[in-house]
Amino acid sequence: MMKFLTIEPVRVLLYLVGIIAFTAANAAYLVLAERKGAGRIQRRPGPNEAGWAGILQPVADGIKLLAKQVMVPPGTDSLLFRAAPLMVMAPPLLCLAVIPFGDTIVACNLNIGLLFVFSFGSINVMALMLGGWASRNKFAIISSARVVSQNVAYEIPMLLVVITMLMVTGTMNLGEIVRQQAGGFWHWNLLKVWVNPFMPVTFIIFFICMLAETNRAPFDMAEAESELVAGAFTEYGGMGFGVFFMAEYANIVVGCSLATILFLGGWQSPIGVLSGGWFGAAWFLVKLYALIFTVIWIRWTFPRTQFYSLLNLSWKILIPVSLVTLLLTGVMMKIL
Amino acid sequence: MSLFSSISEVFKGFKSLLVGMRITAGQAVKPTITVQYPHQTLKMPDRFRGHLELTIDPATGQTKCTACGLCVRACPSDCIDLDGLKKEGEKRKSVSKYEQNFTQCSLCGCCVDACPSDAIQYSKDYNVVSFNRDDFGKMDLFRKAEIKKQDWLKAHPQPPAPVVPPPPTTPAAPAPAPEQKQP
Repeated sequence: MMKFLTIEPVRVLLYLVGIIAFTAANAAYLVLAERKGAGRIQRRPGPNEAGWAGILQPVADGIKLLAKQVMVPPGTDSLLFRAAPLMVMAPPLLCLAVIPFGDTIVACNLNIGLLFVFSFGSINVMALMLGGWASRNKFAIISSARVVSQNVAYEIPMLLVVITMLMVTGTMNLGEIVRQQAGGFWHWNLLKVWVNPFMPVTFIIFFICMLAETNRAPFDMAEAESELVAGAFTEYGGMGFGVFFMAEYANIVVGCSLATILFLGGWQSPIGVLSGGWFGAAWFLVKLYALIFTVIWIRWTFPRTQFYSLLNLSWKILIPVSLVTLLLTGVMMKIL
Repeated sequence: MSLFSSISEVFKGFKSLLVGMRITAGQAVKPTITVQYPHQTLKMPDRFRGHLELTIDPATGQTKCTACGLCVRACPSDCIDLDGLKKEGEKRKSVSKYEQNFTQCSLCGCCVDACPSDAIQYSKDYNVVSFNRDDFGKMDLFRKAEIKKQDWLKAHPQPPAPVVPPPPTTPAAPAPAPEQKQP
C-alpha cells in the first residue's frame, strides 16, 4: 500500500488534491477566523448562528455566493473579466507546491523554490490589475492603479530582504533553508544576530511587505471599501467575488508560510523536542497560524493608511533600511 | 528634519503600533458583551416608555382604572378613548373600553401624571409589530388588561371572595386587600 502511494503519478495526484483541499479549507475557514477574531477584538462573539459556534458559516456563505448569478457587465472585456479570478487563484496553489510542510512533505522539491514563489506571487498583482481594468468601472480602475504602484513599491524592499536571506543561506531550495535552521530557536534566521544584528528588523520588513503584497489592512488599497466601493472587485458578483476573496486568504497562507520558512525555522522544533516527521508538519502549522492570526490581529487594530503615507513608508523607510541590512550582511559575511 | 529626529520618529511610530496591538489584544481576552437578541433580551429600565397599559391591582386582580377621564383631558394629542360602566355591587365605575391611538401618541406622559389612581403606566413591551394599522390606531389596552387578569387568576388559583371574609387560603395575596380599601 505504501509502495503504491510512492509511485510518482499517484504521489503527484495526492499532493494536488491535498494542496487544493488545504487551500480551499484555509480560504473558507480563515474568513470565519477573521470574523471571529474581529468579533473578539470588538468584544462580540462573531458569527455563531450557523452550526455550533458558527462552524457552518463558510458553507452558508459559499452556498449563497454560488446561488448568485455571475454577471458580466456590458462593455467589459469579457475574456479578461472572466480570466482574472482564475489568475488570482492559481498562483497561491502553484506556490504551495514548493512549500515544504515537513522534512519529506513537499510536493516538488525545487532547487529554485524561493524564486518560483516570488515569480508566481507577482501574477496576483497582474490579475487584480486586469480584473479592475476589464471591469470598465472607475472605482476598479483607480484600485488597479493603486495595486500596481503599491506592489511596485513593496516588491523592492521585500526582494532586498530576500536577497539578504539568500546571502545568509546560500540556497534557494526552501527545504535546504529550513534544514540550516535546525537545533532550537536560537538557530532560526530570525535570531541569527551574529550574521547580521538587524535580523529581527529584516523579519519585520518582510512581514510588512507581505501584508502590502497580499493587500491586507492596513495596506488594503485594492479593496478600500470606504473609498472605492470594493476596489478591483466592484463589478464582480457571486462566486467571482468569492474567488477573489478566497485568493486573498490563500495568498496570506503562502506569504506566512514563506515567512515561517525563511525566518522561523519552518518545520524545526523550537526547543529540539518532538521534531521530525508529522511533528515537523505540526510545528510548521503552529508557526504558520500564529503568523496568520497576527495578520488578522493587525487588520483589526490599525486603520487603513493614506496612499501617500503608504508609499512614503516604503520608499523612505523600508527600502533604505533593507538596503542597509543588505550591505551590513555583505560586509559582515566578508569580515567574519 | 534632521536624520536623527526622523529615525527617532520611526521608532516612536513603531512603538505606538505595538501599543495599539497590546490594547486590541487586551480587549480580545475580555468577555464578550453581546446580548443575543432573539434568545436573550435586556431588562428595560424603569423609565422606558412604551405604549400605555392598564395596571392590575396585585391584591384584587382587577384594573385600578375608574374611567374618570382625566387622562383623556390631559392628552395633548387627543389619542385616548375610554368608556366605563358601573358594575353591580361596586361603589366605583370600572373601565370597559380603553383605546390608545399609538400612531399619534408622542409618549409625553401627561396621562400617566394626570391619573389619580395610578391606573395607567408605560408598558415595557417594545416588540410591537403588526400588519394591521388598526392594531396601533386603536390599540385595545382593555383587552390586554383582560389577558393580564386571566394571568393573575392563573397565578392565584383561589381568588378571595370579597363579600364575606372567610379565612384566607393564601395569606400573602388577600391580606393587603382590606388595607387598601379602607382609605
